[in-house]
Amino acid sequence: MKLLPLSENTVLILFEQEINHSVFQQVTHCTKKIEADLAEYLVDIVPSYASIQILFNITKISLEEFNNLLNQVIKDTTVDVAEDRSTKIIDIPVYYGLEVALDIKHIAASANISVDEVISIHSSVTYDVYAIGFAPGFAYLGNVDKRIAMPRKETPRKKIRQGSLGIADQQTAIYPSDSPGGWQIVGRTPLSMIDYTEEKLTQFEVGDQVKFHSISQSEYIAMGGIL
Amino acid sequence: MSLEVVNAGFLALVQDFGRYGLQKYGITNGGPLDEHAYLWANHLLGNHYNASQIEISFGGFSCRFTKKTMIAVCGADLSATLNGQPLGLWQSHYVKSGDELKFVSPKSGLRSYLAVKGGFQIETQLTSCATVVREKLGGLSKTGEKLSDNDCLPFHESKEELNKRVPKKYIPAYGHKINLRFIANQSVTGCKAEVLKQFIGQPFKVTPNIDRMGYRLSGEPIVNKQAGIISQGLALGAIQLPKDGQPIVLMRDRQTMGGYPQLGCVAYLDIPLLAQSMPGTEVSFSSVAISDIEEELRRYKRFFGVNV
Repeated sequence: MKLLPLSENTVLILFEQEINHSVFQQVTHCTKKIEADLAEYLVDIVPSYASIQILFNITKISLEEFNNLLNQVIKDTTVDVAEDRSTKIIDIPVYYGLEVALDIKHIAASANISVDEVISIHSSVTYDVYAIGFAPGFAYLGNVDKRIAMPRKETPRKKIRQGSLGIADQQTAIYPSDSPGGWQIVGRTPLSMIDYTEEKLTQFEVGDQVKFHSISQSEYIAMGGIL
Repeated sequence: MSLEVVNAGFLALVQDFGRYGLQKYGITNGGPLDEHAYLWANHLLGNHYNASQIEISFGGFSCRFTKKTMIAVCGADLSATLNGQPLGLWQSHYVKSGDELKFVSPKSGLRSYLAVKGGFQIETQLTSCATVVREKLGGLSKTGEKLSDNDCLPFHESKEELNKRVPKKYIPAYGHKINLRFIANQSVTGCKAEVLKQFIGQPFKVTPNIDRMGYRLSGEPIVNKQAGIISQGLALGAIQLPKDGQPIVLMRDRQTMGGYPQLGCVAYLDIPLLAQSMPGTEVSFSSVAISDIEEELRRYKRFFGVNV
C-alpha cells in the first residue's frame, strides 16, 4: 500500500495492482475507515479495484498533515481486515429472455454451452461492486466466471437500453441509462440503477455485493420492465 | 422574469461552484471551467463564492434584463456589448430593465462568466445547479440542458452601486502560447521517467477536440510501453496518456474514473489558462513540487472565501 499525493488537494492510495477479492477488501475497509475518521476533511472519495482517490479540503488542513492522518488510518486497518465480513448482498432481478439478451446466444455458442447454462453461471456468482464510474450509477461488478467471460464487441452498439446487463471480459455491469456501449448484453433488469430524485441515489455502493436472479418475462413486466 | 435569453448561442450553461461528495456514485463535479474568472465575477458583486452564473462559451449569446441589478463579466473577451456599447470586462456594471447584453465571438479566450448581484435564483439538484449535459443533471430545467432561447433566469432586483474592477495584475492574458505547471506522477499507474521526459521536452497544440470533459492535445506521439492501468479515480487536471500517445487533460465534467496511465496533474490554478485556450494554442508543461504551489492555492481559496 502506498500513499501518493497527486495534486495540491488530491491524494491517491495505491494497493497491490491486482483485481481480486482480497486486495479489494482492503480498499473497502480503508474507504469505510477514512469516511468515518476523516469526514471533516473529505470532499470526494473514489474507491476502485485497487486504489482510493481522495479530494480533501485544503482550506482546513495541509497536505502533509492530511497525509499523516491518512497514514495512521491506513495503518490501523490492515490489522482487522478479516473481520470485515458484514458486506451487504443485494439481489437484482434479471430477465434473461432472448429479446433483451442480445448477445447471450453468441456467448453460449462461443462457450459451447446452452443459453440456460449461461444464465445459471451468470446468476450463481456473488459479485463484488468494484467501482462506480464511467457514468452516474454505472457499477463494475466482478468476477464473471471465465467460461462466460467475453471481450467487448468490436463495434459498440449505438444504443443500449437502460437496465441492460453486459459482460466485458471478467466484468459485468448494468447500463444505468440508454447509452452507446460495447459490452455483450445478457439480460435486462427492471430496476433503476440511478435516480436523482431518491435519497438513495444508487442501488449499490462500492464494496457491496450483488447477486442476480432470473425472472420470467411476466415478472419483468410486472416490475415495470420495458421490452 | 429577470434575465431573458434572447439568443442562447453555441453553449451557455448555468454553473455554480460544482457538485461535491458524489463522485463515489459516478457523478462528476461540474462547475466553471475557468474557476478564476468565475470567482472574480462573484467577488466583484460581493456574492457568495457559490452564487450561480452563466458560463458563455464561444459567444453568440444575447440577453435582456427585466430588472435593475449590478452585473459583472469576467473571463474571455467575446466582444461583449451592453446596449450596443463595448462592455468593460473584469468589472461590475449597473443594468436597468430593458438593457441588452450581447456576446459576439472570441477575441481572446473562449469562456466568459456573467454574474448578477446575489446570483440567479435557480433550484439546486443534488446540492448544486451546475449543468452537466452528459449526466442530465442541473441547470434551469434540472435535466442538464444548456440554456435555450427564451429561457428566463430569475434574480433579486438590486440597486445601483459603485462600479468595481479587478486589479490589473490579476487579469490574465489568454495568449497563443501557455505554460502549465504540473505535478508529475511516477507511480505504478503513472509514467516512467523516460515517458515524462518526452512529455516535458516538447510543446503541444490544443486540438479542436476540447469540451467540458477534457482537452485533447497533440504533439510528437509519446511512446509508452504500459498500455493501460486498473481503472482508478480521475482528479481535476489529471493528464491521461492513451495508446495514441497524445495527452488529454481532464476538466470539470470529466468521467470520475479512467484506465489510462497518468502523466500527472495540472496545477489547480493553471487549469483556467487551459480552459481559455483556443485550438492551435501552444502548450508546454513544467514540472513543479506540490510544496511549491500548495500555499498559493490556499491563499486563493481564502481570498475568495471558498471553503472546500
